[in-house]
Amino acid sequence: MAATFFGEVVRAPCRAGTEDEEEEEEEGRRETPEDGEVRQQLARKREVRFLRRQTKTTLEVSLLEKYPCSKFIIAIGNNAVAFLSSFIMNSGVWEEVGCAKLWNEWCRTVDTTHLSPTEAFCVFYHLKSNPSVFGSCPRKNMQVTILTCRHVTDYKTSESTSSLHTPFLKALKTQNFREPPCCSLLEQPNIVHDLPAAVLSYCQVWKISAILYLCYTDVMKLDLITVEAFKPVLSSRSLKSLVKNIPQSTEILKKLMTTNEIQSNIYT
Amino acid sequence: MFVPCGDSVPDLAGCTLLMPAVSVGNVGQLAIDLIISTLNMYKIGYFYTDCLVPMVGNNPYATAEENSTELSINAEVYASPSKKLVALQLRSIFIKYKSKSFCEKLLFWVKSSNCAKVVVLSSSHSYHRNDLQLRSTPFRYLLTPSIQKSVQNKIQSLNWEEMEKSPCIPEIDDSEFCVRIPGGGITKTLYDEGCSKEIPMVILLKFVSEGDNIPDALGLVEYLNEWLQIIKPCCVDPSASALPWKMPSSWRLLFGSGLPPALF
Repeated sequence: MAATFFGEVVRAPCRAGTEDEEEEEEEGRRETPEDGEVRQQLARKREVRFLRRQTKTTLEVSLLEKYPCSKFIIAIGNNAVAFLSSFIMNSGVWEEVGCAKLWNEWCRTVDTTHLSPTEAFCVFYHLKSNPSVFGSCPRKNMQVTILTCRHVTDYKTSESTSSLHTPFLKALKTQNFREPPCCSLLEQPNIVHDLPAAVLSYCQVWKISAILYLCYTDVMKLDLITVEAFKPVLSSRSLKSLVKNIPQSTEILKKLMTTNEIQSNIYT
Repeated sequence: MFVPCGDSVPDLAGCTLLMPAVSVGNVGQLAIDLIISTLNMYKIGYFYTDCLVPMVGNNPYATAEENSTELSINAEVYASPSKKLVALQLRSIFIKYKSKSFCEKLLFWVKSSNCAKVVVLSSSHSYHRNDLQLRSTPFRYLLTPSIQKSVQNKIQSLNWEEMEKSPCIPEIDDSEFCVRIPGGGITKTLYDEGCSKEIPMVILLKFVSEGDNIPDALGLVEYLNEWLQIIKPCCVDPSASALPWKMPSSWRLLFGSGLPPALF
């Protein structure tokens, strides 16, 4: 509780997130079997499912069992996905092997069949021509690369964030990642959370070589300059072999921007 | 589940496990940070769980360039073998409805690793205090039945105050009395489970308000130190300005980045 300037008492949010705990305890006491059933159904609905997009059939085994790989690249967010599509997936033949279908109360996308590469969703591809990417190496030799963006106001520094030159790239790597990163490491006290953190945590705990490239930008929608800020990543040992034609990539990227701009018209 | 950093599982038998409850002002977590940083405890493993919001960052206890690039995640275990101390640090909040599951998994691990005792550092909303509590020390303790015999005498000699019971349902006059820890996160659940599973557990908490909680964390570690004597006071002079507790490098910029000069 906190008293405001105007003499009213309001419920101040608790940093430690404990407000829900007391409500949970009370709910637990009052919960009927029907409530438990509803909660279980909701939990099942929220489960992540992997399926083949074209046939909409569920993948019977885990993706990495069916397609064991040595390089796993994951892009999170529209700018990271646009970079991956334009600069890495423009060469060679990439075959779609599955997608992840998920739902929670915040989802607005329902249709999973027609998506542009820039929409926030999860589709898995594998490189047909190069077996070492999604090849048959055991998991321990796998290298994971994660690309994502954050708003520059999330970045803590002793100078003001308004004086920083955005966009800029920072990296976080697991103990088993031996290559030099393509940019400077993310300094304390900065942290990363949500999906990129979940992937990196998994890799750190299970001793998988992984690196997260994080682009701090002041434009969160699809933006050419932000996407190009990921370019230093192309010189990394693991991704160099996948990059073929950079001028062509820039053209593909520009086309992607135009398509997206039409789609995001406020009147459609 | 506990995943060791190295190839073998470390032996925690007979150790004291210190852990925070994610609670108001994050006081428990700040206190654990102080302990890990001051004693130079090293990481022995991760408590890998899907119950906490995922989070990563570089080594929060870095003292030099060389040790600043080790990745840290949201729940890690540190040790100081010479003091038979193990510390579990939690760095993010619970995912909704997962806190009870976390308590169960945690206590299962505690039991199987044969720790001598568990000390939970926590806090509670200061605005919930009754008149008596307002006039007394802000520190409180709780003991589970299985540890009462071994530490009761020492605790009594320190003149500590036990956490008072309050009406379970305040609005009803003849309601039963029970221990309530508003703002304490999983503290109450841990205490209840500790009692029922016969785990030797001590809860230490402070009444706090949200704000700059570093002084509260320092107070809580001093309170703990009165009992466990983790560090010896460096000098007897009470006016000495040097704090015996070392703040970790990650405590920089707790309240945000620098200000734009144009503001002034």
